[in-house]
Amino acid sequence: MKNVTITINGNQYAVPSDLTVLEAARTVGIDIPTLCFLKDINEVGACRVCVVEVEGARALQASCVLPVREGMVVKTNNQRVRNARKTTVELILANHNRECTTCVRSKNCELQSVSEELGIRDIRYTGAKREGKYDNFSHSIVRDSSKCILCGRCVSACKNVQGIGILDFVNRGFETTVGPAFEVSMKDAPCIYCGQCMVVCPVGALTEKPAIDKVWDALEDPKKHVIVQSAPAVRAALGEEFGYPIGTNVTGKLASALRNLGFDKIFDTNWAADVTIMEEGTELLGRLQNGGKLPMITSCSPGWVRFIEFNYPDLLDHLSSCKSPQNMFGALAKSYYAEKNNIDPKDIFVVSVMPCTSKKSEIERPELAVEGVRDVDVSITTRELARMIKEARMEFDKLEDGTFDPFMGDYSGAGVIFGATGGVMEAAIRTVADVLTGEDLENVDYTAVRGVEGIKEATVNIAGKDIKVAVAHNTKNAAIILDKIRAGEADYHFVEIMACPGGCVNGGGQPIQPASVRNVIDIRAERAKALYSEDAALTVRKSHKNPEIKRLYDEYLGEPNSHKAHDLLHTHYYAREKYPVQD
Amino acid sequence: MAKNFLTAENFAKLESVIEAHKDMQGPLMPVLHEAQHIFGAIPMAVQKVISEKLNVPLAEIYGVVTFYSQFTLEPKGDFLISVCLGTACYVKGSQKLIDKITELTGVSVGTTSADGKFSLEATRCIGACGLAPVMTVNDDVYGRLVVEDVPGIIAKYQG
Repeated sequence: MKNVTITINGNQYAVPSDLTVLEAARTVGIDIPTLCFLKDINEVGACRVCVVEVEGARALQASCVLPVREGMVVKTNNQRVRNARKTTVELILANHNRECTTCVRSKNCELQSVSEELGIRDIRYTGAKREGKYDNFSHSIVRDSSKCILCGRCVSACKNVQGIGILDFVNRGFETTVGPAFEVSMKDAPCIYCGQCMVVCPVGALTEKPAIDKVWDALEDPKKHVIVQSAPAVRAALGEEFGYPIGTNVTGKLASALRNLGFDKIFDTNWAADVTIMEEGTELLGRLQNGGKLPMITSCSPGWVRFIEFNYPDLLDHLSSCKSPQNMFGALAKSYYAEKNNIDPKDIFVVSVMPCTSKKSEIERPELAVEGVRDVDVSITTRELARMIKEARMEFDKLEDGTFDPFMGDYSGAGVIFGATGGVMEAAIRTVADVLTGEDLENVDYTAVRGVEGIKEATVNIAGKDIKVAVAHNTKNAAIILDKIRAGEADYHFVEIMACPGGCVNGGGQPIQPASVRNVIDIRAERAKALYSEDAALTVRKSHKNPEIKRLYDEYLGEPNSHKAHDLLHTHYYAREKYPVQD
Repeated sequence: MAKNFLTAENFAKLESVIEAHKDMQGPLMPVLHEAQHIFGAIPMAVQKVISEKLNVPLAEIYGVVTFYSQFTLEPKGDFLISVCLGTACYVKGSQKLIDKITELTGVSVGTTSADGKFSLEATRCIGACGLAPVMTVNDDVYGRLVVEDVPGIIAKYQG
């Protein structure tokens, strides 16, 4: 790349010619504040917080979208620039619902941060405020437009990253809001509840539907036997809420924190992930051997399941009939665990801690219950668990490393990696390869399906047979695979799809990192490392070698895909109509 | 809405408009213009067809429709009453004309009567300040009005 010479604040620098002024300034240690900017997702120059003075230009320029050019003279920090930034942020604040003390994003709000950084102490503007709309009708998402600053990040995350486009700008001028078509509730939009809009929202305009109170109530209820399960990806990110570097695995502290909160049993969704591999692997072998519908596609990600139900209902028979690990766990907690411990399933209360906001809606699906007893009672996000830990006044960093309870808390390395894109595929191949070869294969690392590339394809030769697989993450990539399948151009046998970019580690329920972090760190890759290193450190790395899984089948289910397993662990799907027209 | 404007015939016209535009760059605006013309409005049922055929998210289409005032979500009535609220008309009392029209037809500014007969809108200056205050009903122009003129004008269209 060619270099150009630019002058910033009186000093000359040689910088690559493909940078923006914002990037160029940052490479030489000069920070320009931003608000709407989010690298690769929202580079639109809408908010004008990043303005700089450029010699020869009449107006101040938005540095986030201004390419550098030879001989450019830029001032990032004179009185004119500082005043313009302050005025802009004051105007945004004047039309913002400033209930910061009770806002769930307080202390993790980019508007609050930029206001503090610019030294705003007074808001001179007291004109009209746009009327807000508060929508908490869905099980997953709360939309509060009184806090929206119209940055457009959610619009882009939904439309450009996920390829869905539920949210967009509506109306014009002062009346502009961001919302779904016809301002329907998020409950009535074909939203998959992935929550990618929430993790990019700089403020508290899009947040998860809170469910902490239900958990506290259950913990206080002496008649309830409260069991918690924690998903694989939670341990890869929870530490971020307590100041740990991104990618720190906090499995031990997570177990201790859950125990301190007072749950009766601390179990692990990883165990259920191992069950999923047994069921899904067997289903795949069945389809391969009996001419079943191929490719078979994974069904762990409820956002992904909603996506195909809304957008590709003609391909639903490609989905594995397996419930997600969350719901397999719930169904087995209220049958297998209940029976072994002589507890009435109606007294068991299952809480799941998930990196996911779509899981909150998944547990409400009518078919996910056994004889009227819901598989899972409450699903909270990683962020909500962090809030519970803080409310309980635990000093997270001082917690001893604990362990999950045996029985439904023992897991293999295969279960751990479910949280990263490619993980389910790798876990499945580990088991399918052993079954097909009849051996205990030593190599378990299938690195071709790892990493954050959008679509990964691989051919794995097992016992002389080529198994063609594909892995896609984020629904825009999923659509590419589905279009191929629909056109008859896909010869895969097995496909893994996760709704969120990077898989569950980057789910909509995970800790929210501000643009200042996301612009420089690939959080998907860092969090995934935390899971792969735990997998590598475990002695049992294949689901079918987990002794607790063997016990489950020996003592309760019989065989994978047995009649009993089907009753408890398998489900079905529906075609859903987008925006049904009401007369 | 008494009138059925969502007819199979209109949808067939829409399909051919979409077909003619779908391979061009930026087909949405021309298709919306035609849709507004065909149906007299672009309600959800029409937007859904456009969304599916052009593969553009419904929220984006809704955003465009609500951005431009030429597009409407509901059809206008048979008779569109526009009262000028430009400066000259306003100081000559056009607000009183609006109030009287609302009283007689039950239609407030920006809405359409339940029988689909009248729509009422307040416009900016229409360039006939010499005739202030001015109102139009479809293509008929009425100038130098006083409130007492309004009942007679409305009666002409009430039929």
